[in-house]
Amino acid sequence: MGRKTIKVDYLARVEGEGALNVTIRDGQVSKAELRIFEPPRFFEAFLRGRDYAEAPDVTARICGICPVAYQMSAVHAMENALGIEVEGQLRALRRLLYCGEWIESHALHIYMLHAPDFLGYAGAVDMARDYPDIVKRGLSLKKAGNAIMALLGGREIHPINVRVGGFYRTPTRKELEPLAETLKQARENALATVRWTAGLEMPEAERDYHLVALHHPGEYAMNVGRIVSNRGLDIAVADYNRHFVESHVQRSTALHSHLREHDCYLVGPLARYSLNHGQLSSLARETAKEAGLGVTCTNPFQSIVVRSVEVVYACDEALRIIDEYREPERPFELAEPKASEGFGCTEAPRGLLFHRYRLDASGGILEAQIVPPTAQNQPSIEADLKDLVGGWLDLPADTLRERCEQTIRNYDPCISCATHFLKLDVRHE
Amino acid sequence: MARSDHKPRLGVWKFASCDGCQLTLLDCEDELLQVAGAVDIAYFPEAARGSGRGTYDLSLVEGSITTLHDAERIQDVRRRSRTLVTIGACATAGGIQALRNFADIDDFMAAVYAHPEYIETLSTSTPIADHVPVDFELRGCPISKQQLLEVVSAYLCGRRPVTPAHSVCLDCKLRGNVCVMVAHGTPCLGPMTHSGCNALCPSYNRGCYGCYGPKENPNAPALSERLDQLGMGRAERLRFYRTFNAWAGPFREESERHGP
Ligand code: SF4
Ligand code: SF4
Repeated sequence: MGRKTIKVDYLARVEGEGALNVTIRDGQVSKAELRIFEPPRFFEAFLRGRDYAEAPDVTARICGICPVAYQMSAVHAMENALGIEVEGQLRALRRLLYCGEWIESHALHIYMLHAPDFLGYAGAVDMARDYPDIVKRGLSLKKAGNAIMALLGGREIHPINVRVGGFYRTPTRKELEPLAETLKQARENALATVRWTAGLEMPEAERDYHLVALHHPGEYAMNVGRIVSNRGLDIAVADYNRHFVESHVQRSTALHSHLREHDCYLVGPLARYSLNHGQLSSLARETAKEAGLGVTCTNPFQSIVVRSVEVVYACDEALRIIDEYREPERPFELAEPKASEGFGCTEAPRGLLFHRYRLDASGGILEAQIVPPTAQNQPSIEADLKDLVGGWLDLPADTLRERCEQTIRNYDPCISCATHFLKLDVRHE
Repeated sequence: MARSDHKPRLGVWKFASCDGCQLTLLDCEDELLQVAGAVDIAYFPEAARGSGRGTYDLSLVEGSITTLHDAERIQDVRRRSRTLVTIGACATAGGIQALRNFADIDDFMAAVYAHPEYIETLSTSTPIADHVPVDFELRGCPISKQQLLEVVSAYLCGRRPVTPAHSVCLDCKLRGNVCVMVAHGTPCLGPMTHSGCNALCPSYNRGCYGCYGPKENPNAPALSERLDQLGMGRAERLRFYRTFNAWAGPFREESERHGP
C-alpha cells in the first residue's frame, strides 16, 4: 500500500483554528497529529498584576462558548485562596447558571456541530433544509440554556453577574419562576434528543480510556468535588499538579497535558457519565438505559448520546433548583484579600477545567495557571486516531477524511481555550 | 447589492479571538434560519465546512491581528469582500490581547514560554482597521445580537446600520436605573463607554467595565478625578482603563496618564 496521508487543513465546526495530519504506512497509522494554529493568547501573563476580583471577567474571554466554566473555576479558586465558602442558595444559583451553559453548549454541539457528521451535511444550515424540525428543536433547546444565562448572568456570552463570593445581584423568585416553563419544554426536547441521537448510525469503536472527572458524594459533580478516575485516581483538587503535567510540543500552540504515571487520559461527558452515572436524576438514567447506554460508555462516537443525557439531567437539575429557591439575604460573601494560593476545578461542558492562583497580601495576582479541557484531551484525540484509522482504511478517501474529522469533533474541542498558553517553565521542574 | 439572481454571499472570518462574537450569530436562535434563508452563508468554519474561496458581498471579521500570517490573511479577505464589517472589541480595538502592546514582548516571552522558539507571534495585537479599510465597526465584547442583526439586515438592504453612539449613562437614564456611582460610590466606566448593552452592568448593581469601548469625545479626566475622589488609587485606575478595549484611543490615552 505504501504511504498515504490524510490532511485536513482547517477543521470546521470546532471552536478555534486547527488542522489534522495522519500518516499511514503499510496499512498502519504511523503518525496522527492534531495541529493547532490558533494564535497564542497570553492569558496567564495578562492576569499577573491584576486584582483577584478581575479574574472571572478576564478568564471568561478565553472562550465565548464556555465562559461560565472559566468564571466558575476562577471564583472557586479565588475563594479557596481567600478561605471563604459559598453555600446555600448562592451555591445553588451557581449550579443553575452552569446548567444553563451545559444546556446551550451541548445543544450547540449536538445539533449544529456534531450531528451533521452523522447525517452527511456540511453544517446545520444545510441540514435544516432536509430536517427543519430537528434543527428547530436544537435551536429551541439551546435557547432555553441561554435563557438561564441571560437571566442569571446578565447575558449569554461573557456574563457580567458572576463575582468572587457569589453574584452582584441575585434574582427574585418571581424572576426565576417563568424559567421553569421554558425548562419543562426544554426537558421534553432533551428527551427527544436522546432518542434521536441514539438512532444515529454509529461507528463501532470501543476504546480503553483512562477516564478522569470530578466526583462529589452528594451530586452529579459540576463545581466541586475530588478528581477521580476509573483506574483508581482519587485526589483533592489542590493536588492536581502532583499528578498531571503539561508539555509544549512544536506542532501546536496548545500545551499537551499528561498524567505523570499513565500518560494520556480523557475528560468530558464520557468520563463524567461513566464515573458518576449513579448521581444522574432517575429520568436521565432511565432515558440513558432506553437509549441503549450502559452505566459506562467508552465509544467516543456515542458522546453525542451522552451529551444529550446530560442535557436531560441539566434540565431536571435546573428545575429542582428553581423549585427550591429562596431569595438569599446577601448576593455575595465578602472576601478579605491575603497572601495565599488557591485551586479550583469545575466541569466545563468539554471536561475538567483547572485554575490555580497565587495572590499577594492586597489580592494582586502573582501567578495564574489554567488548564483547559482541550489541552488535556489533545493526546487522547491523537490516540483515538492512531487506534481507529487503521480499521477504516478501505473507506473511500473522502469518507475516511470525514471520519477522522468526526473523531476529533467527538470531543467538541475548543481550540481557542487550549491556545491561551499556560504558564509553563519546565526548567524549574 | 448582489446580482438579483444570487443571494448575497456572507463570510465569517476569525482572527485572534474567543469566538464569542461569531457565536452571537448562532445565538440568534429565532432569526438564524431566516438569515440563512436570505443570504448564502458561504464561509463560516465554526458552523460549516466550506472552502473559503471566491468573493463575498459581506464579510464579518472577528478577532485582532497578532501574527504575520494573519496580517497577510486579512489583506486577502479584504480583496475578496465587497463590504467588510468588524465585529467585537478584538476586531475594533485589539481586544484583551492588546494588553501585550503595553508590555516588553521579549521579557514576556521569556517569562511565559518553555520554548519561545516554537512561537510565532507579533509583539502587538491590533485592530483590523489598522491593516485594511473597514466599512463598519460593531463594538462590544461580545457584540449585541440586536445590533448584529441590524448590521446584517442594513447591508442586505444597502443602507447604513443604525447603532447609537451615546454613552451607557444615557441608557441607564432611559432604563430608570439608579446611578451606581452616585448612589453607591461604585466605580463605573459608563460615562465614557459606548452604548450597545442597554446599561447591563448597572442594572445588575455593578459598575460598567467598558466592554463596548469608548464613546465619541468622552471626558476622561473628569471621570478619573471622580474615581480618585472615590478612593481609587492610581494603579487601580490604570487597570480600570485597560481591559477589553485597552488599546482604543481614549481608554489608552487616559491609562497612559496613570502609567508609571
Ligand atoms: S470581542 Fe470579546 S467576545 Fe468578541 S471575540 Fe473578542 S474576546 Fe470574544
Ligand atoms: S455596562 Fe459596560 S461593561 Fe457592562 S455590558 Fe455594558 S458596556 Fe459592557
